[in-house]
Amino acid sequence: MAALTKSGSVIPKYLPVYFVLLAIAGLEVFLAYQNFATGSLLAILLGLAVCGGALAVMYFMHLARERRTLFLTLIPALIFVLLMLNMIWTDSFRLLHLRPFAH
Amino acid sequence: MAGHGTALMEASPFAIPSRKLTMWLFIISDAVTFGALLFGYGYLRTASPDWPTPFKFNPSILNVMIMTFVLVTSSLTMLGAVDAAKAGDKPKAGRFMWSTILLGVIFAGLHIREWFGLIDEGVRLFQNPWGSPLFGATFFSITGLHLLHVVSGVVAIAVIARGFARGKLTAGHVETTGLYWHFVDVVWMFVVPLVYLLNVSR
Repeated sequence: MAALTKSGSVIPKYLPVYFVLLAIAGLEVFLAYQNFATGSLLAILLGLAVCGGALAVMYFMHLARERRTLFLTLIPALIFVLLMLNMIWTDSFRLLHLRPFAH
Repeated sequence: MAGHGTALMEASPFAIPSRKLTMWLFIISDAVTFGALLFGYGYLRTASPDWPTPFKFNPSILNVMIMTFVLVTSSLTMLGAVDAAKAGDKPKAGRFMWSTILLGVIFAGLHIREWFGLIDEGVRLFQNPWGSPLFGATFFSITGLHLLHVVSGVVAIAVIARGFARGKLTAGHVETTGLYWHFVDVVWMFVVPLVYLLNVSR
């Protein structure tokens, strides 16, 4: 029978990441009320969201502790697919004007 | 004979159980789904000069801040559940999992309240009182898909908590469900700035 190990409270270990995530969320709200152009605000908020998401994936989801091959298999593939999607969207706007009933 | 047995047991390429690898693959495919929705929304949002900006600080943004706090805190309790489950501490794992469920239910309740607030103001899938008619379609589809993930996660954690308490499921199941729950949290980190904060009412 596997020996039971006492569960130490793991929560304090992750509190720094937790507070950084909350701070990023607060900073995003603050920036949303500053006078940025929509495109600039979108880029800034997206950048902060990527930072928060990366922290959660690496530490909460423990990707940082897994074998590097798992990271190298999953994340570059995800980024590649998202970038490829990104190339299609702009074309979809062009296609809007090619519809039979478009003016 | 030993060689025959060894040949049948091929090592995992990532040194993780197949259940966990499957969850990672699901998460990556789900991330692409959300990515597609958010990219599509982002282009529409920046290309539409009459895009509505209906979210006032009180109640909408305040509500969203509380929802973010609740969801990130639920990730922390899920980490506690995984740790306790791995240590074989079933009562503690159960307490953490039911705390996560409670926080998930609170999040869903706040989300639905936000939806009803907008519906009361006249927002529908393809019309709203303020501007681009696509606002409702993008808002309800993105936040609705996320809400569906939250509700699914709450149900999944409840099933896993019950099975783990009865000894039918293992700590591996708790860990895999935890991965999913953290992913729901990650998606929310992108939904808040793009869907809500880009559209604050000044």
